[in-house]
Amino acid sequence: MRPSPNGYSGVPRWVLAVAAVGAAFVLLPLLAMVLRVNWAEFVPLISSESSVAALLLSLRTSLAATALCVIFGVPMALVLARTDFWGQKVLRSLVLLPLVLPPVVGGIALLYTFGRRGLLGQTFELLGIEIAFSTTAVVIAQTFVALPFLVLSLEGALRTVGSRYEAVGATLGASPTTVLRRITLPLVLPAVLSGAVLSFARALGEFGATLTFAGSLQGTTRTLPLEIYLQRETDPDTAVALSLVLVVVAIVIVSLAHRTGAPSRRRARVLS
Amino acid sequence: MPSSPRSLPFLAATGLLALALTGCASATPAASTPTAAVTTLAGDITVYAAASLKTTFTELAASFEAEHPGTSVALNFAGSSDLVTQIVEGAPADVFASADTKNMTKLTEAALAEGDPVDFATNVLEIAVPPGNPAGITDFASLAGPDVKLVVCAPEVPCGSATVAVATAAGITLSPVSEESSVTDVLGKVTSGEADAGLVYVTDVTAAGDAVEGIEFDESAEAVNTYPIVALKDSASADVAQAFVDFVAGQAGQDVLRAAGFGAP
Repeated sequence: MRPSPNGYSGVPRWVLAVAAVGAAFVLLPLLAMVLRVNWAEFVPLISSESSVAALLLSLRTSLAATALCVIFGVPMALVLARTDFWGQKVLRSLVLLPLVLPPVVGGIALLYTFGRRGLLGQTFELLGIEIAFSTTAVVIAQTFVALPFLVLSLEGALRTVGSRYEAVGATLGASPTTVLRRITLPLVLPAVLSGAVLSFARALGEFGATLTFAGSLQGTTRTLPLEIYLQRETDPDTAVALSLVLVVVAIVIVSLAHRTGAPSRRRARVLS
Repeated sequence: MPSSPRSLPFLAATGLLALALTGCASATPAASTPTAAVTTLAGDITVYAAASLKTTFTELAASFEAEHPGTSVALNFAGSSDLVTQIVEGAPADVFASADTKNMTKLTEAALAEGDPVDFATNVLEIAVPPGNPAGITDFASLAGPDVKLVVCAPEVPCGSATVAVATAAGITLSPVSEESSVTDVLGKVTSGEADAGLVYVTDVTAAGDAVEGIEFDESAEAVNTYPIVALKDSASADVAQAFVDFVAGQAGQDVLRAAGFGAP
């Protein structure tokens, strides 16, 4: 085994053994799935009209949800990391709630908010916006579950980076907006990117809230996870093939997040 | 925790146990202690039943246990295709009750059924609308209206294939706003008021009570869903499993099923 950078590798053997069992627990199901893929039919299965429609819809909605996450998540992370007010801790836990909430519960909550009979449903109807059973509903569901990922990773980065440079900038006469634009955001840009990638991944995998809140119609609301769930009923081969596609996309995304996230950590260590 | 090598097998075993427990199975196949009389039925069985049978089978299991004190019936409800997949993959079920013949065929083709399945109920489609019927649905044809937000089951699932059959027979093209994976999802969209109308089973309308209004239509006779039940081959309590099948198909079972809106087989 290679020694760790600081020259000390104090992991007892039994920890390694347990870790191996844990790793097998995560990897075996993936392997089991790959073994079930019907490779001879793989390309036709994933290129059927409904599969392609689902994949394109998933990518489109996840990108829109990621954009919304950045637009709303960056200010939220700034407020949580840089301000201090009564009830902030409670607010933070509440904002991060979608992380631990079962997605079905999220879907029900969204239904009672944006649904036709929901809290805001009437308002949207007056504005002529129909959310029920539309692609917008999918994006709303995905944003709801993905937003905490961006807020959480960015808030952590903001706290690690500290506010010394911002304070210096402010004493030199920069306005708060200038400080934000010229100092804070460039410092935490890698964290914004990795947070966005994580949000995208979470949006791509969104299932429960979409099913509960948006419905399921090819090309409009039936995203890839919903398509897999439906195909499983009659055509397990397609379901497995599409699952593999989703796993590959997820692996690409996770490795991307790892790469974009790394520099921020390194720089954060230098700065602190 | 001591780091002695002896604890390793224990930890590995814990891991495997966790793996085993992640399945949905809730069965305890061990036979219970024999009761005083030798001839009475004794044993535990696990019944895998279609989701639409939840209310009726919960009631039937309780009265079956009351009739045969030595027995215990565990129930597992899910979509029929989910259940049949689990059984074929080795889930420890003793009885399988399907919401359609297609999924029962999958089981018999896998040679897992003990004897031939018995049809014990039928179910037909009905229109469900939110209370007050805001879109003014009157019959099957009015579901095709331009401003009607209609939700149906996807053609891939049993209630969806029934929907297609009915629409074809009626010569009406439906343009639903959503095709759900299960009948409960369709009902949920109607009870929440998101949809103006949904096509569900008669029994779903009965079970939903005041949450929806039901509208029967003649074309529903074009797609009658038949529910078969069968005991499974590898059952550890084969006699109890068969007794439960007979109980469901018998008078007591039929009375409960009829009250819930199911039709005679």
